[in-house]
Amino acid sequence: MKNKDSISHVTGTSIYIDDIITRSDTLHGVIFASQKAHGKIISIDYSEAEKLEGVERIFTFKDIKGENQIGGIIQDEALWAKDEVHYAGQPIALIVAKSSFIARQARGLISIEIEEFKVITTASEAKEKKLFVSNPRHFSIGNTEEAFNECTYIFEDVTFTNGQEHLYLETQGCYVCPEENGHFKIYSSTQGPTILQKIAARVLGIPMYQIEVDVLRLGGGFGGKEDQATSWGVMAAVAAQHLNVPIKIILDRHDDIKFTGKRHPYESSFKIGLTKDLKIHAFEADFLQNSGASADLSPAVAERTLFHATNCYSIKNVHTSVYPCKTNLPPNTAFRGFGGPQGMFVIESAIAKAAHQIGVCKSIIQKKNLLQENDIFSYGQIAKNVETENSWNLAMELSNFSIIKEEIKQFNKNNKYIKKGMAIMPITFGISFTNTSMNHARALVHIYLDGSVGISTAAVEMGQGVNTKMLQIASQEFGIDASKIKIESTNTTRVANTSPSAASSTTDLNGKALLKACIVLKNRLINIAARELLSDKKDLKFENNYVINLTQTKKISWEELITIAALERVQLSEKAHYATPEIYFDKKAEKGHPFAYHVYGTSVTTITLDCIRGTYEIDQVDIAHDFGKSMNLDIDLGQIEGGLVQGIGWMTLEEIAYNKEGILTSNSLSTYKIPDVFAVPKKINIKAIETNGNDLAIYKSKAVGEPPLMYGIGTYFAIQDAIQNFNPNYEQKFHAPFTPEKVLLALYES
Amino acid sequence: MIEFILNNKTIKTSVHQGEPLVDFLREYRNLKGTKIGCREGDCGACTILIGELHDDNVIYHSITSCISPLGNVHGKHVVTVEGISLENGLNRVQEEMISNNGTQCGFCTPGFVVSLTGFAIKKTQHNHNPLNTFQDVISGNICRCTGYKSIEKAGEIINNSLKGFSIKNSINDLIQHQFLPSYFATIPEKLKNIPKKENPKKGKIVASGSDLYVQQADHLRKKDVHLITLNKEHQTIQQKEKTCFIGANTTVSHLLENSIFLKQIPKLPEFLKKVSSEQIRNMGTLGGNFVNASPIGDLSVFFLALNAVLHIKNPHGNLREVHLKDFYKGYKTYDLKENEIIETVSFKILEKNASFNFEKVSKRTHLDIASVNSAMQIEIIENQITNIHLSIGGVAPIPFYAKNTVSFLNQNELNEENIEKSLEILNDEIAPISDIRGTSAYKRLLAKQLVKAHFITLFPNLF
Repeated sequence: MKNKDSISHVTGTSIYIDDIITRSDTLHGVIFASQKAHGKIISIDYSEAEKLEGVERIFTFKDIKGENQIGGIIQDEALWAKDEVHYAGQPIALIVAKSSFIARQARGLISIEIEEFKVITTASEAKEKKLFVSNPRHFSIGNTEEAFNECTYIFEDVTFTNGQEHLYLETQGCYVCPEENGHFKIYSSTQGPTILQKIAARVLGIPMYQIEVDVLRLGGGFGGKEDQATSWGVMAAVAAQHLNVPIKIILDRHDDIKFTGKRHPYESSFKIGLTKDLKIHAFEADFLQNSGASADLSPAVAERTLFHATNCYSIKNVHTSVYPCKTNLPPNTAFRGFGGPQGMFVIESAIAKAAHQIGVCKSIIQKKNLLQENDIFSYGQIAKNVETENSWNLAMELSNFSIIKEEIKQFNKNNKYIKKGMAIMPITFGISFTNTSMNHARALVHIYLDGSVGISTAAVEMGQGVNTKMLQIASQEFGIDASKIKIESTNTTRVANTSPSAASSTTDLNGKALLKACIVLKNRLINIAARELLSDKKDLKFENNYVINLTQTKKISWEELITIAALERVQLSEKAHYATPEIYFDKKAEKGHPFAYHVYGTSVTTITLDCIRGTYEIDQVDIAHDFGKSMNLDIDLGQIEGGLVQGIGWMTLEEIAYNKEGILTSNSLSTYKIPDVFAVPKKINIKAIETNGNDLAIYKSKAVGEPPLMYGIGTYFAIQDAIQNFNPNYEQKFHAPFTPEKVLLALYES
Repeated sequence: MIEFILNNKTIKTSVHQGEPLVDFLREYRNLKGTKIGCREGDCGACTILIGELHDDNVIYHSITSCISPLGNVHGKHVVTVEGISLENGLNRVQEEMISNNGTQCGFCTPGFVVSLTGFAIKKTQHNHNPLNTFQDVISGNICRCTGYKSIEKAGEIINNSLKGFSIKNSINDLIQHQFLPSYFATIPEKLKNIPKKENPKKGKIVASGSDLYVQQADHLRKKDVHLITLNKEHQTIQQKEKTCFIGANTTVSHLLENSIFLKQIPKLPEFLKKVSSEQIRNMGTLGGNFVNASPIGDLSVFFLALNAVLHIKNPHGNLREVHLKDFYKGYKTYDLKENEIIETVSFKILEKNASFNFEKVSKRTHLDIASVNSAMQIEIIENQITNIHLSIGGVAPIPFYAKNTVSFLNQNELNEENIEKSLEILNDEIAPISDIRGTSAYKRLLAKQLVKAHFITLFPNLF
């Protein structure tokens, strides 16, 4: 089945927040934010701005009736700054005016005096001053100290991975309508409707039931709208609470980039030890996470870095630490991979370093250390249904590895100024929220009197195709055509207390809940069908709009069945709850079984490097990926391609730049470049490995959202490989992204 | 009053002509299919098609409506995503986007659909434009979800199904083959009925707006704007004896489609492919690029190496000439007085033994601003450099004409040693600064590499 929104997407009729036809008395909000990264607010003069015709009112912390607090995991973040500012782009006020144009004009009339404090922009600086947003964490297995003594080779180095702007094409936004009795309906582009509802209630000082959050779809999220879509909705709600008119906030692109957090930059260091036969015997890493000015989701992101610090390698002695460092940048946040990619980059760097120093191909060390069945991860979970070696072998086959490798060798011999490079990137990624308590979802199914069906879940559609998969589940279970089923907006009054759509697990969690609801309804309906058809209900199935017996001699149409059920007062609505079983994690011991299952795969990347200009093209990426039993290969392949390209962007072009004063200089699409049609691999081949899947995934499929991003890491090492073929004096560095600048300087360093 | 055809409706509006077109479409006409992604022409979510009457035909091209003033569409056909669906269903582009899974979150999708529909038209109408692959046509459309491969597949199928369409009757062919709704056939007659608009000559001079609207949209939406390209003035390319004259309002796409210019620079498509995107090439003018005065302006650098002359006109109609290499005075300052306007650009056509090369390196190869760009024109007679012009962007406050390097190389022998020496001279005469486009050390190295690249490209046997 194609993405269920395809037709409205291609005709431009799909509705996003900014497309909602608003009430005529709607006012528009623009955020006034700090232009300094750290300091004390001495004075602010709003008088000129307030005088501008069309400006209705300017809201600040003084107008908050509840708490000025939007922090999630840790309550350390104000909605509007009161006395101090901690990052450039921190909201101070909301200007509400007849149009966003007027509000922007007014913003230019506000004068503010700030006594500037020292600005910290890097994680290492913050660590030195012991500034953390949450406690450091340490994962350990075996004994690295002893193990290093048993190693033939030991290598150490430092690495850096930069942040990444989400660059969802639809910027952040919301539309808040006051309803009767001090209630509010918030239309938001958020991945976390409940988070918004909860925080809005807290800030407005009202119970959660007075806030209804509704999400139709997102024009992309990628983690950037998990926690960070909240504040805009809350600000608009505060204004609506005072003015009793609808308030709309749509961030323009510059505001969005400047105000919101990004993927966390990491400064890391590693020590890797190998035995004589190239087995990785010991691995240590320190991860310095640049968390930004408040915790946001950083503690959870940090934790996942440790979960993925050994990627898909079997290492018996591991000690890893992560330090969530408090800096004067916007609070960094969730981004597809959620700390995992940063962890994997370090182990891949360590292997690359070892290989280069020892003088073997990186793939030899990778291959020798691939994860095996029943290996134990450093966090105590036992690896099951491991597909690492299988995916490795299939990727070798798919890419004709040995032939291509020889061709590249020849090519590099024959070409002076053009070099090719190659890298293999095996991955494994754990599926579940690592915070066990978040692994739950609910679904509500209504069968209407005419047999059409309405479904609500906690899942938020943001392009990942979750609603299409929900449609498939209901269609398959009821045996009715998808055209009879509507997937409703995600709404906190229909499905309450939801987890955000994140952690790749939205389809698993919501799909399982939906499946349960459908089964209950089917059981109810089949009793009627059995009676009407004089059949044993064991012999009946839901198929092609009928309930039909095995010999296909007797059948009753879905509509007829529903008509009878309704007349007999049978309950035609059902709600179900699903919570992932088996998973747990003990944060004191840092051991447990946090993941429902793991996803596996391997990519092979080849690139061509122009050694005169320092530019490169990605020729091909071959991927063997473990889909379990894919529910929808059209959608899943799209996730692989899109994830890969996002990972490539992170590794190559996408360069976040803050100056020493903590001001973002890559603050527009003309200074922050994401891949375009020419920047992506010329060819992407994907081999879908059909594996047994997992019972904890819907229909034995496997989650697909985040894992493919990490295939992009291979691009970094393919470029490095090509550079090494040109410049023997190049000293390996692990500093992503590998921009044309870094490439050219590497090509000509002596 | 601004009058134009919006999809299949004639519109007369008194909305201020400086209003960004996208806001007119979305706020005044409720056409919400045209999306706002960046408001600086860098994402393509607001892509629309503009049809202009040429004799009896309407010729279409794509633009980004966020950085285009409403006033510029007077007398034209404006096509949004709402105007390309067929009367009874989806057009071929929409069908293929669905079949090939070209849409995920959907926000960028209308832009791609419009661009690819524009591709179908371009392929049949502008077949002499060498940058007309389906990738070129979506070079200004950014997607964050798909990774583009699915969209490319759709483009490839569309491309294959366009083979054999007639040039003369392209719109009818496209209607017949379900690429366009049938109302397109009625547009030429409707456009003929729209009276030409007198262009008020006051306020900020705006050509396409593709640069000014990036920074100043809020300013221009309320102020007087003097729209200088409205009636297609100064968009011709002519050769008179040994000089080529190009109207300053000529767009990059016009350059690509012109046989005179293409004959001068056969590798033009390869060069201009690196200059912005399809949508912006359809908008951005030569004169606009010069007066933007960016030290990294692609066309400034390009025409410096052609040793171009600007023909500048004052309000009294008097013309004066100034060499482009003397035009720039300092960062963003140049030799142009209030109310003066660049009317024409001219350059001497290349001699038989002359060749030309353009280099550009940016973080992203396409639709990006250069870290360093460079152009060189060189004439060789019996291994002697008899004439040379070399320009480099991104290494000085202005688009830089490398005077010292040029004077060293001129009349010198062409060999590797002299090239190496010239790079040292170049190194002494450039002074790049560190900024978002790169560190000064990088730009310095890159500048030398790009000059070397000119020689390696033009004289591969030397190396």
